[in-house]
Amino acid sequence: MTGAAVHPGRAASQAQGRAASPMAGCAERPILRERGQREVFCGLTGIVWLHRKIQDAFFLVVGSRTCAHLMQSAAGVMIFAEPRFATAVMEERDLAGLADANEELDAAVSRLVERRPDIRMLFLVGSCPSEVIKLDLSRAAARLSERYAPDVRILNYSGSGIETTFTQGEDNCLAALVPQLPEAETTSPQLLVVGALADVVEDQFARLFSAMGIETVRFLPPRKARDLPPVGPSTRYLLAQPFLGETARCLEERGAGRIAAPFPLGAEGTTLWLKAAADAFGVDPMRFRSATAAAEARAKRALEPYRAELSGRSVFFFPDSQLEIPLARMLSRELGMALTEVGTPYLHRQHAAEELALLPEDVFLSEGQDVDRQLERARAERPDITVCGLGLANPLEAEGLTTKWSIELLFTPIQGYEQAGDLAGLFARPLDRKTRLKV
Amino acid sequence: MQLTVWTYEGPPHVGAMRVATAMEGVHYVLHAPQGDTYADLLFTMIERRDRRPPVTYTTFEARDLGKDTAALFQTTLREAYERFRPEAVLVGASCTAELIQDDPAGLAKAAGLPVPVIPLELPSYQRKENWGAAETFYQIVRTLAAGRDAAADGNPSSSEGATRHPPLPAGISPARGEIGGFDAAANPSPQALTQSPRLQGCSLEDGGTAGARSISPLVGEMPGRAEGGDAGIDSSAEPEKTAADVHGEAAHFAPREVRRPTCNILGPTALGFRHRDDLVEIRKLLGAIGIDVAVVAPLGASPADIARLGEADFNVVLYPEIAGVAAKWLKRSFGQEFTTVVPIGFGATQDFVAEVRRLAGLPEADERQGEKGEGASTEAGSNLPWFSRSVDSTYLTGKRVFVFGDATHALAAARVATEEFGFTLCGLGTYAREFARDIRAAAREYGVEPLISDDYLDVEQAIVAAQPELVLGTQMERHVAKRLGIACAVISAPVHVQDYPARHSPQMGFEGANVLWDTWVHPLVMGLEEHLLGMFRDDFEFNDGAKPSHLGAGARVAAEPETSAAPASAAAPFPAAAADGETIALGWLTDAEAELRKIPFFVRGKARRNTEKFALERGLSEITVETLYDAKAHYSR
Repeated sequence: MTGAAVHPGRAASQAQGRAASPMAGCAERPILRERGQREVFCGLTGIVWLHRKIQDAFFLVVGSRTCAHLMQSAAGVMIFAEPRFATAVMEERDLAGLADANEELDAAVSRLVERRPDIRMLFLVGSCPSEVIKLDLSRAAARLSERYAPDVRILNYSGSGIETTFTQGEDNCLAALVPQLPEAETTSPQLLVVGALADVVEDQFARLFSAMGIETVRFLPPRKARDLPPVGPSTRYLLAQPFLGETARCLEERGAGRIAAPFPLGAEGTTLWLKAAADAFGVDPMRFRSATAAAEARAKRALEPYRAELSGRSVFFFPDSQLEIPLARMLSRELGMALTEVGTPYLHRQHAAEELALLPEDVFLSEGQDVDRQLERARAERPDITVCGLGLANPLEAEGLTTKWSIELLFTPIQGYEQAGDLAGLFARPLDRKTRLKV
Repeated sequence: MQLTVWTYEGPPHVGAMRVATAMEGVHYVLHAPQGDTYADLLFTMIERRDRRPPVTYTTFEARDLGKDTAALFQTTLREAYERFRPEAVLVGASCTAELIQDDPAGLAKAAGLPVPVIPLELPSYQRKENWGAAETFYQIVRTLAAGRDAAADGNPSSSEGATRHPPLPAGISPARGEIGGFDAAANPSPQALTQSPRLQGCSLEDGGTAGARSISPLVGEMPGRAEGGDAGIDSSAEPEKTAADVHGEAAHFAPREVRRPTCNILGPTALGFRHRDDLVEIRKLLGAIGIDVAVVAPLGASPADIARLGEADFNVVLYPEIAGVAAKWLKRSFGQEFTTVVPIGFGATQDFVAEVRRLAGLPEADERQGEKGEGASTEAGSNLPWFSRSVDSTYLTGKRVFVFGDATHALAAARVATEEFGFTLCGLGTYAREFARDIRAAAREYGVEPLISDDYLDVEQAIVAAQPELVLGTQMERHVAKRLGIACAVISAPVHVQDYPARHSPQMGFEGANVLWDTWVHPLVMGLEEHLLGMFRDDFEFNDGAKPSHLGAGARVAAEPETSAAPASAAAPFPAAAADGETIALGWLTDAEAELRKIPFFVRGKARRNTEKFALERGLSEITVETLYDAKAHYSR
């Protein structure tokens, strides 16, 4: 209702270079924490890319009609091509105790397994209603695993909105996989890259690691459920995504150690990410340079034209995927964009420490959301580009703000050297479009 | 538990959102967990709305469950009211909030907002989107239309209305699914046909309160007053019968009104299938007839508009799924008749015009009105009749058409397909269980099996079995048809961004009939092309696998349905059972098999089945070319 929600001094410091704000060290950055209406997806949405990534896995949401409707709406509004996900929609009789929900679930699973003999792994995915009625999916998974072992492994995790925001669904899914990983048999260090990446990106990284002499590199999640990477005290893991707090915790329980690094977005980010692994594995700096220099130079060349277009333009992030901070770092350092507010649904301070250290001093961080207040701040800022979800994009465009759908940042390969230009292109395109259109 | 991938309808609170988003000055406070805000994108992306839906969600999380979600609801409600200052507030719960039982209705009442608060109880585990929209619209109308009338005017007839219809138990609305619109449309009851305009009854009921009406010459015709009282007394037995009925006869002899008759248009919502364009068309049509539109609701209506719904002479119900219940209530409360014909297609539009004229007390229209090119062509005329009669369209004759959608659009499509295109209906179904009875009745008339299912795999299976040449369905059936290599046009929700074309593209009215013509004919193989296809089957471009040439080069997506090695259903997540055992194919001699392949793919499965049945019945152990043609002759009687 009032303009007072705008962070004091923000608008003023906006125009002429960023005035140093009275902020403490990077780790102690002030952050606005908000509680209010959150305009975000729940963790079920992660199934949209996870079911494509793990090619012999099936995701069965145990939920309501709303869950099924979300899945088809979020999935690009009905892709309708052989999805390896489905919803077991709870009905009145399941809730009224007329039907034993567990029996119903077993029946649904047995129908599914019969019809999809190609499935090797089945995730029972908890939803808001299944959690509120306290349907114990871990017990169901254990019970069903016994029945279908060894053909189908049955796991469970929560993708509910009461537990997870958007990408945290992937975090919970990977965390559910960790206890299933075989014990690493060697004591020689092995690298585990964690977080779903496009297959093409994964292959690029595998080649780069191999070129620098790191031979045993595995990826989590694997492309095949049968191909689970081993883990143990000799495992060093490198997060490819910033939203994997729970997965990291589970990996550490298995003895694995985290390699702290920024995330592989942009030329600089990718180099720092690879370098962190190289250092952890004692790769000779010369060899690291020779393995990465050509690709890094290529990435920088690809970014050059975008830098000309984007430099000095301001960007505002609504919270969505937890990718906001690495993206803001990349846009500000590699493309010269001016950061206004960077909102994130949740900030994992430890995993984001390297990123935060690279952000400009005066960036305004916010965590959580009160969407109406945040909209007021965005309107007051009038950024050149606003990164937001699908529910907000068209209304903001109608108000004259240029927007970038944040969901595209998850459905597009953006990590690594060869994708740095594509990533910049995603931000340049809306502005390019605005200059082209005479209507 | 129902295992599903794609759903035809969202949950009921999405139906409520469609009503709230369509209206002005209304805000919906929804108790819902984080993530349920996805529903906003339906409106901002699919329909490309330039504003967020007027919905505030509590978006509670696990940590809130341990504390006080009820307090969270109250805070959210108060803040939403302060921020948006709506004229009326809807409150309700989504599926998860329904389970935690915070009682938004009670909490909202306690909040004491200075505007009407309408609690919605939408049972998420029993009901779906259209039901939610209908219930929401009904509750809005019941609260705002009755409330205003009783309070402001102290009108006796509406207070009668209130006592006659005490508040209903939560979630149970009267006579759902008994709207009977379709029965009446197919076989109009004599009562409906002779019913009079409500102009006269209206003036009587309102007594002297409305100045404009008190000058009506009909005010002098007093018999209505007494009947009005009677209606109140015997209403429990037959609430439908109001003063308006009794005036029926009088109407025909009554002098013309000094004012034009008025009606409300009920049903169009946000996220509806072509609702926006239908509304434009119907407004134009009514205007041409000489009827003024008082209120359109929910689309574009404010709470104040809802409050004056009762002032119009009658109601036009465009979408019975959404407005049927409210229209029935308006009839009971204000004696307003409502239309039962949905004007989709040329014939239905003519019937609609006739019905509207009767309800408005206007003289009957010229029979052929509405067709272009005959006599004095009307501006809003339709090309459909002439296009259909032109020789070029002969090839459409008897094409097999499978129809599936919501009940309104499916029933309309069945009529248009058979009567106005000359197609043969080979399947008819709906996902709207509330209207199963209407679909069953119609299917019986057309001699096809009705399909009542919201499982798209059942629908796919039925399409495979029916072997249609054209599917008229929803976006789901479009995908199914694409895989099966069958032509398809979309006639009904659920909607897709493609269902919001930039151009004016109504389904209703005479222009709507033009749109149907273009949309349904376009995907088909054109007449001469079809002949050539039959004559030169092995031509490298004109073969079974090639797409119709006007749809661009490329192969059909799927092979013929009966080659069960790669049936389309195998691509589905839960393969439908193999079509129907056609793979057995025992006893076919090689040359007969080869001859069979010369039959166009879209009827080949049927030819195979018929031939095998024919052979079986005659105890033939092998099928020759002769058997094939004997069977053909036998079944082509």
